[in-house]
Amino acid sequence: MSLDTVKRAEETPGERQPYAELGMKVEEYERVREILGRRPTGSELAIYSVMWSEHCSYKSSKVHLRQFGTKAPESAALLVGMGENAGVVDIGDGWAATFKIESHNHPSYVEPHQGAATGVGGIVRDIMSMGARPVAVMDALRFGGADAHDTRRVLPGVVEGISHYGNCLGLPNIGGEVVFDPCYIGNPLVNALCVGLLRKDQIKLAVAPGPGNKVVLFGALTGPDGIGGASVLASATFEDESHAKRPSVQVGDPFMEKLLIECCLELYQADVVVGIQDLGAAGVSCATTELAAKGTGGMNVRLDLVPLRDPSLRPEEILMSESQERMMAVVTPDDIDAFMTICAKWDIPATVIGEVTDGGRLVMTWHGETIVDIPPGTAADEGPVYERPFQEPAGQLALNSDTPKRLARPADLRATLLELLGSPNLASKEWVTSQYDRYVRGNTVLAQPADAGVLRISEAMPGAEETKRGIALATDGNGRYARLDPYAGAQLALAEAYRNVATTGATPLAVTNCLNFGSPEDPEVMWQFAEAVRGLADACKTLGVPVTGGNVSFYNQTGSVPIHPTPVVGVLGVIDDVATRVRSGFTGDGDRIVLLGETEAEFGGSEWAHVAHGHLGGLPPKARLASERDLALVLTTAASQGLLTGSHDLSDGGLAIALTEACLAQGIGCAVSLTGDDAFVELFSESSARALVTVRPESFDTFAKLCATHEVPCYSLGTTGGDSLNVKGVLDIPITELRQTHTATLPGIFG
Amino acid sequence: MSAARVGVVTFPGTLDDQDAARAVRHAGGEAVPLWHADPDLRGVDAVFLPGGFSYGDYLRCGAISRFAPLMEELIPAARAGLPVLGTCNGFQILCEAHLLPGALMRNAGLHYICRDQGIRVESSTTPWTSDFTEGQEIVLPIKHGEGRYVADEATLGALEAGGQVVFRYTGGNPNGSLNDIAGIRNEAGNIVGLMPHPEHAVEDLTGAPSTDGRAFFSSILKKLVNA
Repeated sequence: MSLDTVKRAEETPGERQPYAELGMKVEEYERVREILGRRPTGSELAIYSVMWSEHCSYKSSKVHLRQFGTKAPESAALLVGMGENAGVVDIGDGWAATFKIESHNHPSYVEPHQGAATGVGGIVRDIMSMGARPVAVMDALRFGGADAHDTRRVLPGVVEGISHYGNCLGLPNIGGEVVFDPCYIGNPLVNALCVGLLRKDQIKLAVAPGPGNKVVLFGALTGPDGIGGASVLASATFEDESHAKRPSVQVGDPFMEKLLIECCLELYQADVVVGIQDLGAAGVSCATTELAAKGTGGMNVRLDLVPLRDPSLRPEEILMSESQERMMAVVTPDDIDAFMTICAKWDIPATVIGEVTDGGRLVMTWHGETIVDIPPGTAADEGPVYERPFQEPAGQLALNSDTPKRLARPADLRATLLELLGSPNLASKEWVTSQYDRYVRGNTVLAQPADAGVLRISEAMPGAEETKRGIALATDGNGRYARLDPYAGAQLALAEAYRNVATTGATPLAVTNCLNFGSPEDPEVMWQFAEAVRGLADACKTLGVPVTGGNVSFYNQTGSVPIHPTPVVGVLGVIDDVATRVRSGFTGDGDRIVLLGETEAEFGGSEWAHVAHGHLGGLPPKARLASERDLALVLTTAASQGLLTGSHDLSDGGLAIALTEACLAQGIGCAVSLTGDDAFVELFSESSARALVTVRPESFDTFAKLCATHEVPCYSLGTTGGDSLNVKGVLDIPITELRQTHTATLPGIFG
Repeated sequence: MSAARVGVVTFPGTLDDQDAARAVRHAGGEAVPLWHADPDLRGVDAVFLPGGFSYGDYLRCGAISRFAPLMEELIPAARAGLPVLGTCNGFQILCEAHLLPGALMRNAGLHYICRDQGIRVESSTTPWTSDFTEGQEIVLPIKHGEGRYVADEATLGALEAGGQVVFRYTGGNPNGSLNDIAGIRNEAGNIVGLMPHPEHAVEDLTGAPSTDGRAFFSSILKKLVNA
């Protein structure tokens, strides 16, 4: 057995290396040789292969994602933008919020419980590494058909994984989505969002400045987790000691993560951290190269000092291991004792594995021999960038021409409402959300099924400055809309999340996104991606909310069939006085029910077309961004003036479902009259930029004036009260029947 | 007169300690943080064992916590009459420490469940429930995966006969607990354990849609002030 050292690499330039097995193209491998002026060692190849992977380098998406920067609206609130572990926004009174959504799709299909659990763990560590206390999580989930056999394997596992990990961490789960569509049967989407709070002047960054500063690896021990690729490498290089193929899904330990959170917060409070980075995909490779690249450019690491769970691990495997619950910090020599004492208090293993240099090289040794010697920036920042070809899908025109106009309209609107209400996408998600703790930490003001989750800020951290402010968060995304028109679909996802935040009374401030697509090597998928990014960047500009970060997930396809393009958008908003937040739905008897916004006959991609006809065609509803902006202004102004007693956005299933959900919120009925002459369109169209609000009768005139000022159409529909949903002359359904239909579906399928 | 001092214990993995401390403060008491590794009760007048997943719930919920250095002080003090309330994981720890009889098993439905639950107060004779009236129907959140209360027949009979069942679930038993038991007390009455979370039901703005948890804290503070 021989160690593949730099010296050996120089002596054996012709040795065959398994770059292809590690997913590298021959040109990429040649570029590494060019950078180093020799062949890479096995360890260096490990580093470049993971750092230049699609997941870490964004090589296919980068050229498009730049629009989030170039088109970004002016925002005084943006403190840290894209490129860091998570974006940070100023939320006032000296406070900042950091939030991000990230995918864990593929692991969640292979092993639903651990895949989803570690998805939560990973995003929480991203938030921690900004210097924040994580304060809540949300999940945007997509599964195959609800009654499909495999969905019954995947969904309960995913929910249990999120539930177990998130609940053990003590983070309230305050919202998210569960959507079913056959296109996700082989590619479920598990997108996890975390939000954290911190003092504006306490932001931490992933940097390693100051030669002589110590590099500390702390948290869980390193084991053979998620290193299928490294096994290829190890066995190719060290045939006599080849490791068996190992499971490639990581296993999470939420207890360790909880200790890590408390430990990190104490480290921040003691001010003993210069730079910090979490270890996610690409583990030690990623943390060392990124920290070094953003610091003074150099770092020496003794890789044999990394504490191991499995002592037989080779250096290549240590570099690629994705063991969970690990962090890397840069600490001055003066603070190292204090750092170690705090880690010991929380029983967190911590080891100095190296130090910062000014040499401009990342050098790693293994028992005294040099196995890595690279300029770190070449791995971290200078990965390949591809301008992949894209073209409109062959069937797109035909799809858009097949409009819902040909679909038979229902004769019985009562039956249609109940059919939609009981369909898996509109049915109550309580079977899922009741497995999540929404109360822990005591700051949850609103949680699912509210339009957006709302948190109180002031007690998030003991001893922090008092503030009346709160934050609101929502995620949305509609794959069917995006399939019909990815440009508009991405805009509609943003518009809905933006609107959901505004319905609580909060002003939308910033955006995170998780872009779930098929293979970027398919030009038709690449077209969907390019269109979605362009649409989202344009909409962010119009709505004045910058993208602060996010994640791209490609290769969500089975064979040559991709999922619907599914941009999931998260919006964060701020409410000046959280006590003025507006509850979801009807909250009392005798309130005036008001519909805001215009309704047109828009059924392309609608729930009605999907449920009643299994139809997907035509165009999605128009994105009315200027109207969304006006609507949000009316909602937030009215909330701050105390005019609203309840609110709810109109989206999937239109007015019919919005009225039903408003009734079900607290079991309060209503009697309404429609204003036009086409009840079907008024009840089931999914036109955007609409919301339902309730006001006390004596406040109606004031509210109507506010709407007029902002040119928001405002229709008084009727009054709350009673024990049924009564649409005069159209339908009258008792709340008990609505509730039965709404709640029976998921338990009926999942037990 | 200085405020009554209620200790709030933090084990590694405790989650609801911040909520418990806040609830004590809102009721006018002083919340004293107690660390699992310090065998020192800091002279508190009562102790709250909050919920969470102490020690990751490894082995069995509460099984490791009972051996924490702090518990070496707490167990004899509780036996000598110190008022102790354990909620959720705190209840599990009290059972593991044999300060309360019986055990808490995996929910009958096998799922973790978080919901606002109807509860009936069966006893107002404990220092933690004196501001309730017997038979009062309240709503508190529950959030647990292992809350199915079990005990052998003799123990159960003794609990019922001795009036030691303090809380019962109403409107549907969420976890399969025997006799719908949501919470119990020891014979002396100073130690109470329950699965629901009063600390999440003390504010209008946040938490559960009820403030029924307040009476737990007003009860104990009254008792301590009058003591």
